[in-house]
Amino acid sequence: MKIIVCIKQVPERDARLRIASDGKSIDETGLATEINESDQYALEAALRLVEEHGGEVVVACLGPDAAQESIRRALAMGADRAIHLSEDAFQDGDAAATARALAAAIETEEEVDLVMAGLQSDDAGWAQTGVLVAERLGWPSATLIMEIEAEEGGLKVKRELESGWFQWVRLPLPAVLTIQSGINTVRYATLKGIMGAKKKEIKTLSPDHLGLDAGDVGEAGRRIEIARLYEPEKTAEAEMIEGDDAVKAADVLVDRLQKEARVL
Amino acid sequence: MAGAIWAVTESGGDGLKPVSHEVIFAAQVIGDALDMPVEAVVTSAGDGDAAEQAAAREVGCVRLIEDGKLAPYTPDAYTAALRRAIEAEEPGLVLFPHTYQVRDYAPRLAAALDTGFVSDVVGHRVEDGDLVLVRQPYQGKLNADCVFTGEGPNLASLQAGAYLGDEAARGESPAEIVEVDVDLSDVEVRTEVLDTFQEVEDTVDLSRSDVIVAVGRGIGDEENLEIVRELADALGGQLAASRPVCDNEWLPMDRQIGSSGQTVAPRLYVAVGISGAIQHIVGMKGSQTVVAINKDPDAPIFAVSDYGVVGDLFEIVPELTRRVKEVKG
Repeated sequence: MKIIVCIKQVPERDARLRIASDGKSIDETGLATEINESDQYALEAALRLVEEHGGEVVVACLGPDAAQESIRRALAMGADRAIHLSEDAFQDGDAAATARALAAAIETEEEVDLVMAGLQSDDAGWAQTGVLVAERLGWPSATLIMEIEAEEGGLKVKRELESGWFQWVRLPLPAVLTIQSGINTVRYATLKGIMGAKKKEIKTLSPDHLGLDAGDVGEAGRRIEIARLYEPEKTAEAEMIEGDDAVKAADVLVDRLQKEARVL
Repeated sequence: MAGAIWAVTESGGDGLKPVSHEVIFAAQVIGDALDMPVEAVVTSAGDGDAAEQAAAREVGCVRLIEDGKLAPYTPDAYTAALRRAIEAEEPGLVLFPHTYQVRDYAPRLAAALDTGFVSDVVGHRVEDGDLVLVRQPYQGKLNADCVFTGEGPNLASLQAGAYLGDEAARGESPAEIVEVDVDLSDVEVRTEVLDTFQEVEDTVDLSRSDVIVAVGRGIGDEENLEIVRELADALGGQLAASRPVCDNEWLPMDRQIGSSGQTVAPRLYVAVGISGAIQHIVGMKGSQTVVAINKDPDAPIFAVSDYGVVGDLFEIVPELTRRVKEVKG
C-alpha cells in the first residue's frame, strides 16, 4: 500500500504567539514548532498500515524551509521519503490554495492508494484541507477516522460522529482519510531513526513541476483574505487570582465562591 | 455578493437540530444588514417536520432537497445535491452549521464550486457594505477577520452557540416550501454506510451534574488525576475531562466535555489544566460560575471564566481541596 501523509508544521501548543507587523500573521522568529497533532496521528496510522500490509509512506508538506524540521522528524519516525512544497509561491495560502498544491503534488506520484491527513490544523484550524484534496483528486473521502481496517480493494473505517456516536463506513481505494486525534499512540523517533532520516530523500517541487500557475497557489490562490489577526476581547471579565502562594489563592477562591458566586 | 443567503439546516429524528435555528438566525441578521433575501434549505426527507419547522421562521422560502440517495448521509450525495442546487439557484452566500457532517462534505462542495469557505465562524461585522466573518484560529487564542475574495456563491460554517437560535424571527404565516430538483440518479456514491452506533451504552449523564471538575492536558500524567478527583469529591461534584485526557484513556470517553463529548451547564465548573480550545469551550460555556486553574495567563479558558488562578495546579488543587473541606465542615 502506498500512502501519502500530509503534514503541517505548526507552533508548539504552549508557544507564546506574537502578531507580526503586517497585522495578519504570526511572527515566526524563534517560534517553537511541532508537527500538527492530528497529522502525527495520521502518520502513525499510515506507518502501522504499511508495517502490516507492506508498501511505502511518503510525507507531503507545504511550508517554508523551516518546515524541514518537521519533515525530518516524520522521516525519523519511519516515513520513507518526503515531498516539500517550500517555494515562496506556495506559502500563505488559505485551505483552498494549499489543497490545490498538495493535490497536484500527489498527482505526480504513481499508484497512490491512500492519502491521510489530520482532521484539522492546530493553527489555522480550517478543518478543510484533507477533504479539499479528496475533491481535487476526485477520490472518495471519510473524515474523523478512529479505526482503519484494510480489506480487499478498499477500507473499512470507523468515523466519529457527534455526542458519542460512531459509524462504520466502507470505501474503495484510492481514497482520502482525515484522522481524529487519539486514534493510536504516536511513536517516538528512535536514535537509529533520526540517523537514518538524514539519508532519506526530500523532493522539492515548484508550481511549474505541478503544472500550476503561481496565481493558483499560495497567497495569490486564496479564496479568502485574512484582513486582520488580533487578540480577542475578553468577553467575561474574570477576576484573576495570583497563584504563586497556593494557600492564599485557595483561601481567596473559596471565599469568592461562597460569598460572591454563592455556589459553595 | 448578489443573490440570496441560504441557511442550510441539519435535522435528526425530531426535525431540525438546534444549530439549524442558529444558522437561520445568523442568515436573518446578515440578510438584514446586506439587504439580501434569506432562504432556508432542508435536505433529506423523513426527518420529522424539518421543512415545516424551517418554514415557521421568517424566511423567503424553504428550499427542500429530496432524493433517495441522501439517506443515509454520504459526502458524495450531499456534495452533488448541494452543488446542483447552488448552481441552479445561485445564492450569494451559503451558511452551514459547523457540525461534523458539514466538515465532512462542505470542503468538497467548496472545491467543486472553486469558491471560498470560511469555516467555524464565531461572529460577523458589516464594514462599508462588505461582510467580515470572524473566526478563532490558534486554538481560539486569536481572532481573524476574514473576507471572501470572490463574488460567490461563498460558503461559511458557524460554530455551535455563536448565534442564538431562539432569537430567529418567526414569520406571520408559514413560508412557502419549494422543492429543488437535483435528481441524483447519475451520482455514484462511493462510501457505503455499514453501521451507526453509540459506543458506551451506559454513559454518565454529566448534564445533570450541579458541580463539575474537569481536567485537561495540564495534568501531565494519569497518576496525577487523583488530586483532581479529590477536589471533585470535596465539592460533591463529578469528574470530567477535555479531549486529550480521554484520548490518552486516563478517563473514559463518556467523561469528555466538548464538541465531541457532552455539553454541560452546571452551577459550578472548575477547569483544571485546561487551556480552553474552542472544542472544549462549546461544551461548557453555559455554566453558571466558571473557575479556571492554569499556568498560562493567556490561556483562552480565562476568557470564559469568572475566577482565574494562574499558577501550578499541583500546588493549588490540593490546597483548594483542603480549604473546601474546611468550609463544608
